[in-house]
Amino acid sequence: MSVLNVTVANVEQITDVVKRFTFVQENGEALPKFSGGSHVVVSMNINGRTHRNPYSLMSSPANTESYQIAVRRQDNSRGGSVFMHEQVKPGTKLTITYPVNLFAINRLGKKHILVAGGIGITPFMSQIADLNRLGADYELHYAYRSAEHAAFRQELEALCGDRVHFYVEDDGSRIDFGDLLSHQPLGTHAYVCGPEPMVKLMLLTAKHLGWPSNHVHSEQFSAPPIGDEFTVILTESEKEIVVPGDMSMLEAMEEAGVDAPFLCRGGACGRCELEVVETDGALLHHDHYLSDAEKTAGNKILPCVSRAKCTRLVVNL
Amino acid sequence: MNMAFKKETFRDDYTFTNSPEAIRRFPFPFDKDEYMYSVNIEQHTKGVPGSVFENVIDLDEHYVAECEDRRITLEQDPDRCIALPHMMDAQWDMLELGMESLAQDFPEHFQLTKDGDKWHWINKPLGIDHTFIFGDLSTLPMEPFEFIGRQLQGDWVVMDQRDDDLFADMGIVTSQADWSLAFDAGMSFKEWHGPVPQANEMGIFERALKYLLHLQYGSPVRRLNWTMTVNPRLDTSPENYPVWGPDNVSVTADNVADKVFLRVELQTLFRLPRSNAMAFGIRGYLISVRDIATYPRWAKRLHRVMTNLHPDLSEYKGLTNYRQLVIDWLAPMDDGADIGEGTHPE
Ligand code: HEM
Ligand code: FES
Repeated sequence: MSVLNVTVANVEQITDVVKRFTFVQENGEALPKFSGGSHVVVSMNINGRTHRNPYSLMSSPANTESYQIAVRRQDNSRGGSVFMHEQVKPGTKLTITYPVNLFAINRLGKKHILVAGGIGITPFMSQIADLNRLGADYELHYAYRSAEHAAFRQELEALCGDRVHFYVEDDGSRIDFGDLLSHQPLGTHAYVCGPEPMVKLMLLTAKHLGWPSNHVHSEQFSAPPIGDEFTVILTESEKEIVVPGDMSMLEAMEEAGVDAPFLCRGGACGRCELEVVETDGALLHHDHYLSDAEKTAGNKILPCVSRAKCTRLVVNL
Repeated sequence: MNMAFKKETFRDDYTFTNSPEAIRRFPFPFDKDEYMYSVNIEQHTKGVPGSVFENVIDLDEHYVAECEDRRITLEQDPDRCIALPHMMDAQWDMLELGMESLAQDFPEHFQLTKDGDKWHWINKPLGIDHTFIFGDLSTLPMEPFEFIGRQLQGDWVVMDQRDDDLFADMGIVTSQADWSLAFDAGMSFKEWHGPVPQANEMGIFERALKYLLHLQYGSPVRRLNWTMTVNPRLDTSPENYPVWGPDNVSVTADNVADKVFLRVELQTLFRLPRSNAMAFGIRGYLISVRDIATYPRWAKRLHRVMTNLHPDLSEYKGLTNYRQLVIDWLAPMDDGADIGEGTHPE
């Protein structure tokens, strides 16, 4: 997979838990062009282990002299966001992947309803730059906890004018999905990115109201959960790898020198899918990609976020 | 590589020929004695110098003549270049891909200088020297995709990606093996592959689509496809079937070696950055059966592939009328010796 070497040019504290990072390419050249809604995967070396986390690009696709991402600090997670907050300073060198878009605007859409919760605002910021340039019809609905959590509010007002609507939870203001989705013109597309309950609620509401499923889009990156240790056996490369409790299966395979494919590392894209040959335990699926039927059938696993409760798991790789 | 661009034709008097260098670098597609469809996709990384894989977009001695043949076809039938309105970002992406790769790989023929959004493009072989503003339609003589498409060898189909599928929403197609852009426009990956025998049952299209949906900018891929054609004709379109179709029954034992051509497509796939669309380049290479036999190893290989070819594939590729004549002409050159795997000529 092609990677880019970048230097951190700027770090801004946006709220008490959100920082924005600006990257420039180490060789001084402009970064690759990208489309709104794209993400990159940032590699971090944490205590000798490589962590890779996906982050949406929030800067405008029109200017690729630099890229910007925003990271919300998650104290009870495996440390990627804490590392970004505590260790990454202007001048820090990082590697990132080329941008990948798993959350693209549908270019045939007559109108676009963008719904963001909290840090889920980031992919929309680059999408809005594209929508503005294309002269598209859109509305942005942005919900956050409290006034001090209003990341990027002023920037959004400048970017979207009266197309943006804010909802502050602490003031009792919520997005009414039933109302929002029930009187949109034919050919409207809706997009949601935010906390899981919000995404689920919007998808369900759209379904009840009879929205065609291909007009409703969501992006959710899961972080790999902590679990129990198990051993994975790779049939083709003939390797036996122990997956520690605080590592994902994909990370453990990479650490063992296996060149395993990935794109999102958040259970969203399906690129890392492996065929399960056998296991003496149960698969613990954490992805948003496999259908319920596929999860039940138990012969596929997405190692970027899913693991197993077993002693041995045999996969075809 | 001999870069004296030839003056030759792909219609009427058919003066097309390959130089010895062009024969030697021909992308011969058969690495085994049998051929069957497969998901034969590999990274489009820089190949051996001199080979058709050396550069992002290959350029050869037929460049100027192929662009002229495309001009004639477009003049007769402007619908061979289609771009739906939502593909405008993809149009500029394609213009960038074409200009940047040609200028980088063949600086003696093409030059691109940029001053911000002001681009200066020089195409020496075609005598084009144009300054324009990237992103500003009014500064080009035609839409960006057609502008660059007329300066590229090979056909291009550009697909919009949506609903976990690919849709053929843009293309410039003047040298196709009997399929129609006007017919396929707006269709999805599985729909336009509908007529292909065997491959669907083998799960090939499902796996290929899954792979392509994840194709990344900066990591293009390629595959080879092949068919055969009578006369070195680029425009074997369904629209013009009455013009070339009857040639299929004109092959005889006496003329088979010079009249039947192997037509290999180097297919390249690129993710485009601004539009998230996917460019599919279909670059055809033609070689007569006689020129293939320049290399005895190729003659043996082709003889065996033709002999073993599945009847459905033979029928689908339209070889049925003359396949036996090709086999008979090659048979004396095949001693049956084991030639191992690989596509190399010697
Ligand atoms: C995404 C870009 C692609 C486009 C636009 C495309 C388009 C086409 C078209 C128009 C045909 C002719 C169908 C007909 O007879 O009407 C065809 C044939 C075929 N395609 Fe694709 N294709 C694409 C990618 C692929 C890929 C990745 C594979 C990989 C397996 C593939 C495998 C085939 C095969 C096996 C045939 C039959 C060719 C023959 O026997 O001559 N295609 N394709
Ligand atoms: S890498 Fe995207 S699902 Fe695993």
